[in-house]
Amino acid sequence: VTVKVLYFAVLRDLFGRAGESVALAPGATLATLAETLSERVPGLRAHLGSLAWGLNLELVPLQTMLKEGDEVALLPPVSGGRP
Amino acid sequence: LIEIVKSVLNSARYHSLLEDKSCGGLCIFEGRVRTHNEGREVERLEYECYEPMAVRQMSLIREEVLRRWGLGKAVIAHRIGFVPIGEAAVWIGAAAPHRAEAFAACRYMIDEVKHKVPIWKKETYRSGDYAWVGCGEEQSAAYKDHA
Repeated sequence: VTVKVLYFAVLRDLFGRAGESVALAPGATLATLAETLSERVPGLRAHLGSLAWGLNLELVPLQTMLKEGDEVALLPPVSGGRP
Repeated sequence: LIEIVKSVLNSARYHSLLEDKSCGGLCIFEGRVRTHNEGREVERLEYECYEPMAVRQMSLIREEVLRRWGLGKAVIAHRIGFVPIGEAAVWIGAAAPHRAEAFAACRYMIDEVKHKVPIWKKETYRSGDYAWVGCGEEQSAAYKDHA
């Protein structure tokens, strides 16, 4: 399966681009994608614990299976601000 | 109304969109860019956005507050790109039959926007360096509630 991956904020700086297409084996999940990307860009590992995952505009868990043409967004913690 | 814009937030327009003769309480929150954060002098702020998802999340928040507090009108607007110090980056408004609902809904909307809408803030400091300002662990946990 080939998915479109989007990087934002600190991750866009880390990857040096806003997004790319990534080809994965059939049956791949977001966790598979996280591992594939981390092998290529080891700096990603430090962020994995705080990331949320957007799949076709919805927040989904890491175990979610990917299908052809999915749009995956790696979402660092949002801007926050003290209440 | 839900809106993400790259220019100055039009507060007069948002204000008029909150007009509702059945509503006696109107509460507005503006979040503005300030000169300092965590003890550092801020030179400028830039907001980045995953727009289609941000619009979707903002719509969900708005629908929820309209239902939960029986609001007449609700506005959520966010500015992205460079926002000069002193100007508003976010504008939230709630019109409700009574003030208690207006205050509660307004507070809820801004808290939800800060935690669940994919908009990130890049702070450039007087010293020349910059940082993507994330939130604390507690807040990122809230953001991940939906996961």
